[in-house]
This record gives sequence, C-alpha cells and structure tokens, in this order.
Amino acid sequence: MERVALLRYGEIHLKGLNRPYFERALYNNIVRALEPYEGVTVRKAEGRYYVENIGDNPRVFDSIAKVFGIISFSPALKVEKDIISIQKAAEMLLRQAIEGRSAAQEGPFTFKVESRRSDKSFYLNSMELSRKVGGYLLKRIPNLKVDVHNPMVMVNIEVREWAYVYCQTIPGAGGMPVGTNGKAVLLLSGGIDSPVAGWMIAKRGVEITAVHYHSFPYTSERSKEKVIELCRILSQYCGEIKLHVVPFTKIQQELYQKCPHNMLTILMRRFMMRIAEMVAHREGAKALVTGESLGQVASQTLESLCATNDAVSMPVFRPLIGMDKIEIMDLAKRIGTYETSILPYEDCCTVFVPKHPVTRPKLEKVREAEKLVEGEKLIEEALANIEVLNVKG
Amino acid sequence: MRRHGTVEHEIYLDNAATTPVYPDVARAVMKCMIEDFGNPSSLHRMGLRAERKLKEARERIASALGVDADGIFFTSGGTEANNLAIVGTALARKREGRHCITTQIEHPSVLNTFKYLEKEGWEVTYLPVNKEGVISLDDLKKALRPDTVLVSIMHVNNEIGSIQPVNEISNLLKTHGNAPVFHVDAVQSFGKLTLKPAQWGIDLLSISGHKVHAPKGIGALYIRKGVKIHPLQWGGGQEKGVRSGTENMPGIVGFGEAVRWLEEVDRDYLYRLKGILVAELIERVPSAVINGPSPEKGAPHILSVSFPGIRGEVMLHALEEKGVYVGTGSACSSKKGHVSHVLEAIGSRKDIAQGAIRISLSYLNTEDDVRRAAGLIQECVKELEGFVRR
Repeated sequence: MERVALLRYGEIHLKGLNRPYFERALYNNIVRALEPYEGVTVRKAEGRYYVENIGDNPRVFDSIAKVFGIISFSPALKVEKDIISIQKAAEMLLRQAIEGRSAAQEGPFTFKVESRRSDKSFYLNSMELSRKVGGYLLKRIPNLKVDVHNPMVMVNIEVREWAYVYCQTIPGAGGMPVGTNGKAVLLLSGGIDSPVAGWMIAKRGVEITAVHYHSFPYTSERSKEKVIELCRILSQYCGEIKLHVVPFTKIQQELYQKCPHNMLTILMRRFMMRIAEMVAHREGAKALVTGESLGQVASQTLESLCATNDAVSMPVFRPLIGMDKIEIMDLAKRIGTYETSILPYEDCCTVFVPKHPVTRPKLEKVREAEKLVEGEKLIEEALANIEVLNVKG
Repeated sequence: MRRHGTVEHEIYLDNAATTPVYPDVARAVMKCMIEDFGNPSSLHRMGLRAERKLKEARERIASALGVDADGIFFTSGGTEANNLAIVGTALARKREGRHCITTQIEHPSVLNTFKYLEKEGWEVTYLPVNKEGVISLDDLKKALRPDTVLVSIMHVNNEIGSIQPVNEISNLLKTHGNAPVFHVDAVQSFGKLTLKPAQWGIDLLSISGHKVHAPKGIGALYIRKGVKIHPLQWGGGQEKGVRSGTENMPGIVGFGEAVRWLEEVDRDYLYRLKGILVAELIERVPSAVINGPSPEKGAPHILSVSFPGIRGEVMLHALEEKGVYVGTGSACSSKKGHVSHVLEAIGSRKDIAQGAIRISLSYLNTEDDVRRAAGLIQECVKELEGFVRR
C-alpha cells in the first residue's frame, strides 16, 4: 500500500495541437514544486499525473495545491489489483475520514463506493467491485450506512495499471502552467496589492520577474527583507523569481527638489514604469504588471493611470483594476502574502508623499514637469546599480 | 567595536538596546558550557562545582549592589524581573489594597504589566514627568493612598536617560503609613550609576545582563529580606521557589564575570565620552535639539537628540550606511504616526519627537568613536536637510 496523489488538469484539455507543450510545462512545474521532497516522483498517464512515493509527508499536498494548471487532486492509496488489497485500503481511508468527523456531527456515518475500471480485464465489473467493497466496509466498521444520493464520504476506486482508492478531492490552484504564456515584469512594493497582482498573472501561465524600488535610508533593510519574503511566498506558486532591487533614492530626491510637489507621486510612478520596462527588455519580458486598483489612491485615478501608462509602450497588466480592497485582502490572505504585506516597514511609495497630490493630472503638465530632471541619466544610473536576487520558496 | 574583530569602520552606539559581550565574559561562558556544565541541583561533584559557580556569581552581583547574596534572584532578563516584581507583589498583597503607582515613561515591560493588572481590576496611577523627564515628589505624595501597595519607578529612562530620585522617593514612601512596596527598574542604571538598594530602602530592583556586556537571557531581581513575592512559575523550587527552573548557568556565570569587569572600569569615563559627543554635536549641527534632561543631568550613556525635519528612522538608516549604529528609542512607524510615549510625556513637539535618535554609549566606545560619529551625523544632516517632508 503506497501513498500517492492523483492530479487532474483542466484548461489544457482545450488545447489542440499544442497540448503536449502545455502538458510538458505542467509536468516540469510539478516536478519543480516537489523538488524539496526527497524520493517523491511524478508520472504522467492518461490525461493526469501521479505523484508517487509520497511517504508520510502531508506537506507534499500543500505544494501540489500551489501548482498552477492543476484543477484538483486526490490523496490516494495505490494497491495491488486484488479485492482484498482494495478492501483494506478503502477501510483505512474511511476510518480516517470518520476520525476526522467533528464531534458535533451525530448519527450514522454515510458513504458510497464508486468504482471505475479502465482495465477491463479485472475480474469484477464496476458494480460488482463497489458492492463487494461496500459490503466489506459495512461489516467491518460499526454505525455505518450507505447513502447513494448524498453521502458524507465518497470512496472512489479506480482500477488501472494499479488500483487506486481515495476519499478526497481537493481543489487545485487552477489556471495555466507557469511559463506557457511568456514572461512579465511585476512591480513589487511591500504592500498588499502587488503580490496578489503577480499571483493572478502567474495563474494565467506567465512567468514573473520582479522589480522592487528601494529608497535607503528612507526605507530600511527590513523593508527589503520583506519584499524578498513576498517573492519567496510567490515562488511557491510560480517557481524561482528573479528579483531586481533598484536603488531609487536619488530619483526621488531629485524629483522632490526640482519638480512641483503635487506631482511627485505620478512622476515617481512614471520613473518606476520606465525602469521596469528597461528591465523587461533585458529579461525578455513582454509586459508589465502592477497592483493598481482603480480609484484606490490619487495615483490610481483614471487620469493618473493614463499618465503612468504614457511613460511606457509595453502593455501594462493591472489584474486588480476592478477589485475592492477587501477582495484583494481576502485573496492575499488565501495565497499567504497578507501577513507579510502588513508588516509596518515603509516602502518607497510612502517616501515624500505630497499633502495634496493631483488626482487629475494633465498629461502635458506632467511631461513638462518631468523635463526639470535629467531623467535618462537618472534611470541609467539606477539600472547600473540594480541588485539581482534569485528567490526560491 | 574594532577591538572585537568587527568591520573596521563600524561604530556601535546603540548600547542601551544591547551591548557586545565582553571577550573575557564570553570565554567564561564558553568554559561554563563545555567544562563546568553541571546542574547545580545535581548531587554529584559536577553539580557541586556548578553550585559553587552559581554562588560566586550571585555574591559578586550582590556585592556590586551592596546587598546580601540571599536577596539576588536570577531571571531570564529585565522583562521577567519587572514582571515578577510587579505581578508577584500584586498577588502577594492583594488583600491589603489594589492600588499601584508608576510613571508614564516606564519601559513596556512595566507599563504593559500594569495594563494587565488594570484588566484584572487593579487601579494604577501613572505619574506625569516634567520636560526633563523627571517626576515630582509632590505628585507622588498626592497619588499615595491608604490602599497603595506598590510603587514602581524606573531609575534611568531608556529613551532619554532621565534619572529619577529613587533615594528620595524611597524616603518619602517610608513616611507613608501603609509602606507600599517600592520597585525600581534599574536595567539602564546598573553598572553606570551608583546603586545602593539596601541603603536607600528599595524593596525590589531589576537588572539585566545584556546591557552590561553579559549575554542576553539573564537578569536578576533583588528582593529585600522580608518582602513577599508570589512566584509566577512553579517547578523544582530553584531560587528559593521564587523562580523555579534549572538555572541559566552560562548566563549567570557571564553576568558575574561582566560585573567583575565593571568593578574595574572608570565610572566617569562615560560622562567624559558623552561630554565630548555633545560638544562636538552642538558645534557641528547647531539645529540639533537635545531631548529630555540636559546632558550632565541625565544618565552618562544615553543621549536623545532630534534633527528637526529629519525623521529619526531616516537618520538612523542614513547613519547605518556610514557604519554608525544608533537607536530611535522606540520602534515607530510613520505610517501609523506613533510617537514615543516618553517623548510625548515630556511634551515634545510631534516633529521633534519623530526626529529623535538615541545615541547610547558603552565602556568599549572610544573618544575617536564619538568624534567620528559626530562628524558623520553632520554629513547625514547636510545630505538629508534638503528633503524635509512638508
């Protein structure tokens, strides 16, 4: 009897001739996600994947749940194709399920056995197999009842090259395998929004490269550590992330000294976008990703977003654009970045915040204000001093 | 710091947060861990050897305070000593009254303990302080009630270095009918100022090892003979049942060794260093504002100074870049607009309070350290002055 997991993928089924490409990418991502677990292997067969040799490590399942492209998975027992082995496996799983039942639930425990047989040479047909296993379970476990319509637990049996028994189907992360939809540069602050934006784009199969703007001494080493930690959490979903830490202090100081203060934020964001675009070119990325959400702050009004966009020619993805703060926070909690995001270290966006930022900047005026600093020189200098870190979960 | 093999240009001036372990102390700790590692409660020879070491350290610390060794109870540090003093007294005397007095500028390990007591139905008076960060004896007199069972006042404030007249406070309390227990948090003054708890009539006094070049995780509470303390943890009855748990021998031995070393140092050295630092600072940065007591009236090792318009945290990081390590005295985030409760209590303007950095010295700092630090502070102020947030 061996612990395994059955992994199911969804959207990839829709792909036509490109399907092998997506399947290979997903396979590689699963293998990469399970790298930390010694001995665990991945095998592909009949439109699904098997993770084998799991042993006694439940963390494997947490890692599987974070691989984009998998719609659901089931922890299962892999056994010999004989009725006794199957019955024993079913009994073990069902007993576990009963133990896990909360004390508040009373009355008999209901179940149903459902069998599938792709190995037609197996000596029992599906109906017979279900009946035999169900009968065995009823005999062995007290206070048990069959309910074919609405069972508390469904005991699934699949007879293939081996027999697989499972009681649980866990939703996966969904989406597309990371790397199958190109690469994008994520502007990653230390806040709540940008990691969520990165996660959403990665979910669509995009490989993420991160850019963070660091304003020492206005921000601390700890704020940088925080961003590294956010990358580490994201990398559990999208694999290793290359993080570019851009020294941003000089640009902010220049803007502060030479430009109208009410435009500081918008000018700062234009510089961030330009630098991110340069990094994208270097990294072969085709788009920028930000955590902007319409109307959240002055720099995220429609006018401001236009003025920000104007600085670059690459497509800018804003997956959170229509989301409320509460929705974003919920998602951040779900993917595990929230607790890190709310650590109270300042990020570059809170340095030199004007009291009265323009909310409807006129593009002409913004462009004019920008001419007051030597933009190209500043950007070149920042690019030359980027610190690159490879972050892995 | 240079003497300890750290990077040549680094100057550590955050000694009120913690101090480097003195090399002789570290050697004693290591010896304790790998050679004299016995449990002082063990019956065999190794246990006896450890017990002797324990006794030796206890006596050394007692003698530094001028008290009987019986009165020294080892704890995990200053926080535990303060907790034990306050909650231990409250539990021991709850039938005699439920009122306590402390100040607005105490360390969180005292303030938060009193907040806990308040939740448990106790009444606590928080005495205000003047601009120099010192309480008034009149205020204390007025706050005293027949049901006051505990007065807890720190000796030296950890953020601004103000010194409370604990001797006079003690005298005042003795004349009060009910004789409340008097606890002094002496974590910042131990090893720097004269401290005579027995002579001054202090009942309870907290000290901590890592502020005086011993390791972290060791402290002690002095309990005057006859003062009742209810234990907060139960076990094998170590430390006469006041603080059970196998003794932290490496910590205790290190603490004892550090205290031995402290007896040899020149106590006026820190005042001299501080004098040089202040003189250099005032000359180089005329805009600097000194918070709390005037430098000669405050503790010898703590100086709180603000540079108007420059946030303390930014100044701290700018200095860090130049290899100078200072503190802000309180972990604050401008996002939340938190201002140090101590600076608020002495009535600092908000921008001054947000601009505060804490420079704290140790016997291992040199004149050159403070002179160079003053120069680097001047550089930072010049660089940052143009970027005052409006």
